[in-house]
Amino acid sequence: MATVKLSFSPAPVHVRTARLVGVAVARRAGVREDLLDEVRLAIGEACTRAVALHRQYGLPDPVYVEMSDSGAYTVRVVDRAPIEAGIGLAALAPDELAQESLSEDALTTGVGFALLAGFVEDLQVRPVEEGVGTEVRMVWPVRR
Amino acid sequence: MELSLATRAVGEHTVLEVGGEVDVYTAPRLRERLLELIDGGARRVVVDLGRVDFLDSTGLGVLVGALKRLRSAGGSFALVCDKEPLLKIFRITALDQVFPLHPTVDAAISADPTGAGA
Repeated sequence: MATVKLSFSPAPVHVRTARLVGVAVARRAGVREDLLDEVRLAIGEACTRAVALHRQYGLPDPVYVEMSDSGAYTVRVVDRAPIEAGIGLAALAPDELAQESLSEDALTTGVGFALLAGFVEDLQVRPVEEGVGTEVRMVWPVRR
Repeated sequence: MELSLATRAVGEHTVLEVGGEVDVYTAPRLRERLLELIDGGARRVVVDLGRVDFLDSTGLGVLVGALKRLRSAGGSFALVCDKEPLLKIFRITALDQVFPLHPTVDAAISADPTGAGA
């Protein structure tokens, strides 16, 4: 079993780094090539969401990402924002998406969740076990 | 790959060619460029995503923002995209029902309902 851990300051510029690392580890873990685009997108969405929450709450704490390949490829993205903000898988209907009243931030959040839910079959969003925050846990099968 | 942006005029249409990665870091530059174009008077805008190799929710949010702005100004907005991975993103988010999506710039321009097809 291999584990790679990454924590980064909650700045947009580092989300790309997390994506690149996440895909590199996925490839080494044996995730199918044709799933790697989805892995890249999903890790990016989870990290983007975490960065947005830290900035919204003015939290300087790092965003934590852990990748492990024990049995399957598991990625955990952990934020430290208050729970009420974190959960809420809002799926937006097409007619809502184009509504004038919907802010760009709200739209981006809804679309981000739609992408996570659409691209990750095994997805969990849950409170962290210790302290404040939410964990987005994503699992992909690996070839053995 | 970094974000690249290039603008050209095709008849009455303004075509913005986007390349590279559109994500939470680079999307503000795309937003800025679209606002510049719209504030500068562009009313028929086509965004060509042909050279985009990554697009996330932040980028999609910027594109929806431009669509709304142009609609309320009586203009038109269309996307050019023929890559399956990107099209899948539009389908999953239901944004394929919000944006006019075309395989080529020519198709986008001739399908423009505001009637300025070249």
